[in-house]
Amino acid sequence: MRDTRSYTAYHPQWLRRPVSTYWWLERPTYIAFILREISSVFVAWSVVFLLLLVRAVDQGDETYRQFLSWSATPAVAAINVLSLLFVLFHAMTWFNLAPAAMVVHVGGRKVPGLLIAGSNYGGLVVASALVGWLLLGG
Amino acid sequence: MLKRHPEPFLWLLFSSGGVIAAMLVPSLLLLFGVLFPFGWLPAPDHGRMASVIGNPLTRLVLFGLCMLSLFHAAHRLRYTLYDGLKIQHLNEVIAIACYGGAIAGTVLAAYLLVIFG
Repeated sequence: MRDTRSYTAYHPQWLRRPVSTYWWLERPTYIAFILREISSVFVAWSVVFLLLLVRAVDQGDETYRQFLSWSATPAVAAINVLSLLFVLFHAMTWFNLAPAAMVVHVGGRKVPGLLIAGSNYGGLVVASALVGWLLLGG
Repeated sequence: MLKRHPEPFLWLLFSSGGVIAAMLVPSLLLLFGVLFPFGWLPAPDHGRMASVIGNPLTRLVLFGLCMLSLFHAAHRLRYTLYDGLKIQHLNEVIAIACYGGAIAGTVLAAYLLVIFG
């Protein structure tokens, strides 16, 4: 098809309304959205922190103790407290959205969303209990 | 020929990473990031840590956790920068930096977990 648009001599108008770079500050729901997205940085940090732990344990008792005292320094502890809050926010929003992302039918009936979200929270409880038992139990 | 888009694959990594990060990271971070450093619970001794991580199943789970969580974070961060800060003109640079970081982290995780013990 031939381009049949005609252009005037006047200043052309964009059809798109310009959106501010700080659009996500406009509403509380937008801020919640951006905080949820920023949780990704803290998830990545958590992985780095866990890998440092694995490396420290591998290098021996001495290095493991150094890692534990390093993790108690104010800066690292502050980052980890903040990370925990963000990761919990990620988990909450993730589980609450699960029914929308995953529609399950059993025997021709839709499984209620509450049940799907609930089983995700159940998974968190079981996984946490397993971690606790492996590291502290017995 | 059908052009293959990596997007569905990346989304799959994103969503499985989201699940595993939501299930496993809170407890690990609560223990090693808060309860042990603040002295509210005694940290496990080195012998116990070495035997827990020494178990191949633990290392397999840890590898899955690291790889998937990193790709989850990379994918999310990529779109946060893209939509949130509207730096669309750097789309390719951002994608390479985010997924490149995830790949580097995955390789590092594999190395640390394979040489363990």
